[in-house]
Amino acid sequence: MAPSRPLSLLSLVPLAAAALVATAGRGEGVDRAVLDAQRERVETIRRAAATAVAIFAGDSGGGSGVLISRDGYAATNFHVVQPAGPAMRCGLSDGRLYDAVLVGIDPTGDLALVKLLGRDDFPCATFADSDDVVPGDFCFAAGNPFLLATDLQPSISAGIVSGTHRYQFPAGTILEYTDCLQVDAAINPGNSGGGLFDAAGRLIGVNGRASFEKRGRVNVGAGYAISANQVRNFLGCLRGGRICDHATLGATVSSDAAGRVVVSEILESSDAWRRGLRYDDEIVALAGRPVRTVNAFKNVLGTLPAGWQVPLAYRRDGRRHELLVRLAAVHAPADLAAIVAGEQRQPERRQQPRGAAPAPDELPRQPATDQPEVPPLPEAVTGLYEPRSGFANHHFNTVERDRVAKAIAAARADRAADTPWVLTGRLEGGGEFRIELSDTQGLVDLPTGTSVVEAAADLDRNPLPPGSGGMLPALLLWRRLVTRGPADLGRTTYWGTAPRDPAALGTAACPLVDVLEAAVAGVEARFSIDENGDVCGIDLWTAPDADPCEVRLAPTAGGQGGMPARIEVRHGGRPFGLFLVDPPGAAP
Amino acid sequence: MRQGLSLPTLLGIAWLIGAAVAAGGTPQETIADAARKVVKVYGAGGLHGLESYQTGLLVSPDGRILTVMSTVLDADDIDCVLDDGSRHRATLVGVDPRRELALLSIAGQDLPAFVLTEEARVPTGTRILALSNLFGVAVGDERVSAQRGVVAAIVPLEARRGAAQAPYKGDVYVLDCTTNNPGSPGGAVVDASGRLVGMLGKELRASAGGIWLNYALPADELARGCREIASGTASAPAPADAAPLDPRLLGAVLVPDLLDRTPPFVESVVPGSAAARAGLRPDDLVIAVDGRSVASRAAVQQALGGLAAGDPVRFTVMRDRTVVDCDLGPRPRSPGKP
Repeated sequence: MAPSRPLSLLSLVPLAAAALVATAGRGEGVDRAVLDAQRERVETIRRAAATAVAIFAGDSGGGSGVLISRDGYAATNFHVVQPAGPAMRCGLSDGRLYDAVLVGIDPTGDLALVKLLGRDDFPCATFADSDDVVPGDFCFAAGNPFLLATDLQPSISAGIVSGTHRYQFPAGTILEYTDCLQVDAAINPGNSGGGLFDAAGRLIGVNGRASFEKRGRVNVGAGYAISANQVRNFLGCLRGGRICDHATLGATVSSDAAGRVVVSEILESSDAWRRGLRYDDEIVALAGRPVRTVNAFKNVLGTLPAGWQVPLAYRRDGRRHELLVRLAAVHAPADLAAIVAGEQRQPERRQQPRGAAPAPDELPRQPATDQPEVPPLPEAVTGLYEPRSGFANHHFNTVERDRVAKAIAAARADRAADTPWVLTGRLEGGGEFRIELSDTQGLVDLPTGTSVVEAAADLDRNPLPPGSGGMLPALLLWRRLVTRGPADLGRTTYWGTAPRDPAALGTAACPLVDVLEAAVAGVEARFSIDENGDVCGIDLWTAPDADPCEVRLAPTAGGQGGMPARIEVRHGGRPFGLFLVDPPGAAP
Repeated sequence: MRQGLSLPTLLGIAWLIGAAVAAGGTPQETIADAARKVVKVYGAGGLHGLESYQTGLLVSPDGRILTVMSTVLDADDIDCVLDDGSRHRATLVGVDPRRELALLSIAGQDLPAFVLTEEARVPTGTRILALSNLFGVAVGDERVSAQRGVVAAIVPLEARRGAAQAPYKGDVYVLDCTTNNPGSPGGAVVDASGRLVGMLGKELRASAGGIWLNYALPADELARGCREIASGTASAPAPADAAPLDPRLLGAVLVPDLLDRTPPFVESVVPGSAAARAGLRPDDLVIAVDGRSVASRAAVQQALGGLAAGDPVRFTVMRDRTVVDCDLGPRPRSPGKP
């Protein structure tokens, strides 16, 4: 074309026409609602993409993650972080690389939590209730498939939810995908650990697996994501820097000829057995969700952390029974640690049986047998990593314990530390009671008698009052925790979170509360601390594997100086007493 | 809790069916409704990469189920699991070997069913949902898997399974979603309003290129197939494409085929031939072709014929009480074929 030829007016006409045609091609004839929806979707994906983390695990490969808090906590897969060790580099769509440190892992559920460092204003995804997701819902994945994000921009793959509440067998490893979401959005190696989002850009799952058949290790239209609700259940444990374990009922189930789900094996050492579950009982519901198939049972169980107490409904001789049952851990802690170490030695997944769904794990860039020496921690991570048996990173347990300690201290602010606590009132079944708790002793005065426990005594030898399983030791430790803080209780760790009211599991209103665990004076105790910093529950074991004394404190909001309005005590599945506490000042 | 017209739902609709917001419900409703008419079919298999499950479509309220004709149905006990989790023993009513369809029957009444008509096909570009028992991930009352896609092309099927050409040569819908998976054959392809558009076909590769095909048989072909099966006019099976092939083409001359089951001894090896290069020797006894055991001369020719032209040929022979593998290179084309 000749340079510097002036554009005549005539020659501009076709240009304008071309521009018009181009505009028409983009918009005209398309319903405005569709264009608006399209614009909305682009914006939604842009926001979600900002929360996508590209994880680089050095020579071991990498994967994806998703930011879930402003201060940099990101969820990902266990199998993504496992080869990386305690420190890794993470990229965001802002084009920057961040140092990150491993926080907690859940090897069975293939989850991990890492923390990106250097900001307190990270973009983060909000959780949706993944039980509301139905097949056909629009969804999209944001991640780092095939480690393509060398410019740190995540890849987006869109699709629909193909199925919900899917159960996927542990495929050659201990990674078990229960209750997962199945999507036809492309999930490829490297997408592991990235977020799965709904049409509103809320997090509905963490991608981790896909069915691979006959096309090599690439997407075939069936990817699987760990549900957001399962992630939420394990988040407390993960934040506590733990190696989380999954739960077992201590019983196995199978389908009988009539298609009912019945108990086929049960351990007599299990809580379920002690609460009365027996062979051939038909399981009807677990943790507030109906159970109609063996898969459904495994699905519900797989979403629950070890140690939670959950409601169980079963049918025997045509009658429905409901009880609360405490779930045991699937693995012994040492076994879990060994499995984690073993997986570390063998990051290569074994060949999968046909039809199984192996994880699209990291893409190793060097042979797995060629394990590098443990590199020195990057400077940014120094002081944020503390190895300890049973923990992925004990440093974060201290962080969480101190956070809860602060909340307890703030709640008791105006309560004197050295004066005895006196609680009086009526028992629900009739009669009056008086409880006195001091630094030196605890006393419970009941119509049936008076019990006294010296604070300095071995608490496991004094499970008083008789039949309570240890109500007085529990209350003494409660006062010590509130007045002096966790440090005074000896070896105290952050346990994780648990439902405040297990019986309400499966309903909308079932908040999770922080739990501290202490081993002191011969007993083990777990304290539940609510969002106000008030202790709302104490479980106290005087011997391992025995039934604990369960104390539930219902505080009155803001009133009574933090003292509970009612104290419910249970032991061995039976109520010991319901104590209705007089308002303060009413005490004689 | 789900609202009917939330923003997410609207976005989903817009995404899935574009401007053509159909008279039907949301994709979620369409899937929920169509899934009630899709059944999981269980039969023979489970070995050697052959699945023992596939998908079927309820095509009449009294329990007629249309599915693909496959080895899964080579079982005395064929079970169909409906959307509600109920399990029913099925009987084989008949097959349409040309379209590779099979009609099953279970006891039932007032069952939700697809309507089969021989009406016009949908055009290229139609948005579809595919529902199937892929990978067998859904069991019992768990709903079959749903995938979404577009009819990318309408073309005659040119495909093969192993070396055998697929007998159906008519038009199929080529889909842009990965539906060619274990368990998917027999799955439903519906449009946005839930109308049956077609059925996912058997796992086949394109004759050209060998890629796995994602395709569906159009509903009108299903209707014709059903009609022909019901009236007993379904055509006879197409002859197997795999004609025996003489190993002489590779330079291996076997002993003359004199007995019912002549042991496949090598009589001579043509110098300079593929067999010679592979180290085959006279008096070797061929015990397997490409890993499949052969007990007779005829079986060797049959097994060779069963391989696709160009596939690598491996003879496993017994020689002086040891087993030796001989790789003879690519299978030659059959004489007289282009």
